[in-house]
Amino acid sequence: MSGAFFEVEDLTVDVATDTGRHVIVDRVSFTLGKGEILGLVGESGSGKTMACRALLKLLPSKRLSIPGGRVRIDGEDVMALPDAGFRTVRGKRIGMIFQNPASHLDPVMRIGEQIAESVRFHHGSSRRAAEARAVELLTQVGIPDPKERSRGFPHEFSGGMRQRAMIALALASDPDILIADEPTTALDVTVQAQILRLLKELRDARGLSIIFITHDLGVVAQLCDRICVLYGGRVCEIGDKRTLLADPRHPYTAGLTGCQPGAGATGSRLKTIPGYPPTIDAMPSGCRFHPRCSNAVDACARLQPPFEDVGQDRRLACHNPVVSELTSVPARGFA
Amino acid sequence: MHRYRFVFYRPLQLLPVLVGISIITFVLVHSIPGDPARILLGTRATPEALANIRAQFGLDEPIWVQYFDFVKNLFHGEMGRSILYKVDVIGLILGRLEPTLVLVFGSVILSLIITIPLATLAAGHRGGAIDHAVRMISTGGLGMPAFWLGIMLIILFSVKLGLFPVSGYGQSVADKLHHMVLPCLTIALSLSAVLTRSLRASLLAEMESDAAMAARARGLPEHIVFRRHVLPNSLIPTLNLLAVNIGWLISGTVVVESVFAIPGMGQLLIRAIFTRDYMVVQGVAMLFALASVLTNFLADILTVVLDPRVTL
Repeated sequence: MSGAFFEVEDLTVDVATDTGRHVIVDRVSFTLGKGEILGLVGESGSGKTMACRALLKLLPSKRLSIPGGRVRIDGEDVMALPDAGFRTVRGKRIGMIFQNPASHLDPVMRIGEQIAESVRFHHGSSRRAAEARAVELLTQVGIPDPKERSRGFPHEFSGGMRQRAMIALALASDPDILIADEPTTALDVTVQAQILRLLKELRDARGLSIIFITHDLGVVAQLCDRICVLYGGRVCEIGDKRTLLADPRHPYTAGLTGCQPGAGATGSRLKTIPGYPPTIDAMPSGCRFHPRCSNAVDACARLQPPFEDVGQDRRLACHNPVVSELTSVPARGFA
Repeated sequence: MHRYRFVFYRPLQLLPVLVGISIITFVLVHSIPGDPARILLGTRATPEALANIRAQFGLDEPIWVQYFDFVKNLFHGEMGRSILYKVDVIGLILGRLEPTLVLVFGSVILSLIITIPLATLAAGHRGGAIDHAVRMISTGGLGMPAFWLGIMLIILFSVKLGLFPVSGYGQSVADKLHHMVLPCLTIALSLSAVLTRSLRASLLAEMESDAAMAARARGLPEHIVFRRHVLPNSLIPTLNLLAVNIGWLISGTVVVESVFAIPGMGQLLIRAIFTRDYMVVQGVAMLFALASVLTNFLADILTVVLDPRVTL
């Protein structure tokens, strides 16, 4: 893994509701290397989407605020930038694609024009050069007959083609990092595989770093290099994909991997994690997972577990972690 | 280009509508009590003179014969002769067309000039003092009848400030436009009251839309997001509302033309009604109906041009 050039430290998002202020993203920290794909995994409401919106300072409501956190790109803390300066982070440093490309594209503007608009704004190209670049980008994301399609409107595209167009649109500003917010959830499985392959190709061809938000561990296993597991707005566990999936230390991660079809013996019932994820106004004290945790000890309800290094590139927040199943290799210092 | 196919067959569908309108106008106009021949010749006219006039204008025929004469004439590009002016109705109407057209188009343009900045201000300061002020102006605009508003504008801008003429219609182009400012403003104010409310609501929705958020995520500054993405999407429903209102606006010109003494179709219509000038009333009513039908047709075309998702 190359050195981290993108560091998120103690990113926090608050929401002001009628019942008071609640922390929905609580001191989330992770790093991302150049050309690395990080999977941000968690159930609905775990704060994964909100954390990524906060990275772009694009929170969907005025009730949400970012009281703290640093986001460093190449060592520069971009969160400290004034609004006008921060706009250069959006698009140019960090691009974003969304779960529902149908609603995130402008319905009354031609696809090529939307891409060209971004190219012209970020690179100051002429209209003609920007249009040519738009066709080029559509070719790169695998849209057939790109010249003709660039004159089409979003509703004339199929779901998969629309997501490709959305990716081309994000690439128009040449970002270093792409945040992909469940980009394949609304697509059928074959198209999903094509989009995942495309993202991998883009990583290989451009050295693009990708933060891939999903709740689908299968997709994570296929695509990502590292995984960051979120629960109740906090990071539970972060680490290399192979070791984390093969040897989950946090009971929640273990629960998630155990829930995968095929994880148990053939013919056995599919496992589930008992209980429901917490709601923002009723977050459990201590470790937020403790009411659903089979490993919970007394300390779990009282004390928030510290987020500690438990090995090379492996961090964990748990009072009573799952004992490593790979007994031949000590959990600490796992390579 | 199949989206534009309706441009060819829609006019055919409009034909029955026009036939229906012509029958209704014809019957209604002829049910107005009063005898045009007597109005024309006065109370002391001889029965022979009255019969003569009736025969001359075909008023002694049964009503359905009169209707078919009317339709037959329409196909020859005629709408009969005015009883009062003794000239062809078509020529009479064409002579009065210009001020009314200027009034309608001027009001529409002026209402957009008023609506877009007001709605933008209100949406940009949602819940703030400006938003409330705009809402009060809109509600006020809705509540004020055109004849009263027109008179108030005359008192303020013409009598007190002397900026615009009190009434009438000028000779040169500049003079005409100068005369039309206050009449257009009268209509535009009440029209933009409706439009502002609609545009403000759609601006608020579009500013928070996924597409606008995605545009911001691409690093586009707020003014570009607004001008290129939020406004075009928001204007679609507002322009539709405007198109629907143009039909109402055309009949609204009658009142405004009377207040400002503009020699347009509205004034012609009113005088024709008072003198039972059947042919003129029919002609003007038919033209108003045709204009309403046509504007709705144009509105459909506009919708298809503006919104690529719409197929009619």
